[in-house]
Amino acid sequence: MVPISYYIILSGVLFGLGVIGFVFKRNIITIFMAIELMLNAVNLAFVAFSREFNQLDGLVFVFFVIVVAAAEAAVGLAIVMVIARNRKSLNVEDVNLLKF
Amino acid sequence: MSVAMVVFIVCGALAILGAIGLILAREPVHSALSLVLVMVALAVLYLMLGAAFIAAIQILVYAGAIMVLFVFVIMLLNAGVEVRTNVSRIAFWVGLPLAVLFLAEMVYSLSRHYAASGALASAGAVAGPVPASTEELSMKIFTDFVLPFELTSILILIAILGALVLAKKEAS
Repeated sequence: MVPISYYIILSGVLFGLGVIGFVFKRNIITIFMAIELMLNAVNLAFVAFSREFNQLDGLVFVFFVIVVAAAEAAVGLAIVMVIARNRKSLNVEDVNLLKF
Repeated sequence: MSVAMVVFIVCGALAILGAIGLILAREPVHSALSLVLVMVALAVLYLMLGAAFIAAIQILVYAGAIMVLFVFVIMLLNAGVEVRTNVSRIAFWVGLPLAVLFLAEMVYSLSRHYAASGALASAGAVAGPVPASTEELSMKIFTDFVLPFELTSILILIAILGALVLAKKEAS
């Protein structure tokens, strides 16, 4: 059997890669995908801990995280479409209205 | 090495490769396909952890619905190759060491915690043989968590309305 700690470390690595993608990517849609990757990494940690402590609450939380991710994707992609329509670009550096 | 370990290593490697592919790909569609790879690999890992229902909705909702939405928007907006500017190159060389440091620190602290509790290498950390059945999970969702469950329907409704209002073309 695989120790639970391996899953947690894999989750940490995936989350870190998600952070790297979030910071380095310049395309709004790809940045969004990096956020989804981080959500997935956290889900893996939830499921692993749920197994480790034999509690089902972790799985319920994963269920809710997936629901929220779906809602977030719908609204977020609508925002991306508005940005693309107004700025004619998907580069985050062109979206700098709130930048000091 | 047991079969479970081999499956874990293969799926874990696929997930990490997919994540790296997401970062390195310059075409948004390639990033999206890498992310699908990550999600499928994670679904297999969920199955190994005994969470069959979560594995199913991972494939159905994440790899199915959400990623189709992403690919759809990429196609719709005709998103091409990522542009690299001077600012993004500077950010890359400054940020890369910091990001690697973050990653290393995360893995280090996690593995040290588990090494301290002696659970890193022992298979005893794997919880009891009873896998979480879908029946128990649904009992939990529809009894203890019934209010949050109903609230999610309102959340999704608001999300749909918000997406519609945002994406609607303004009458000019």
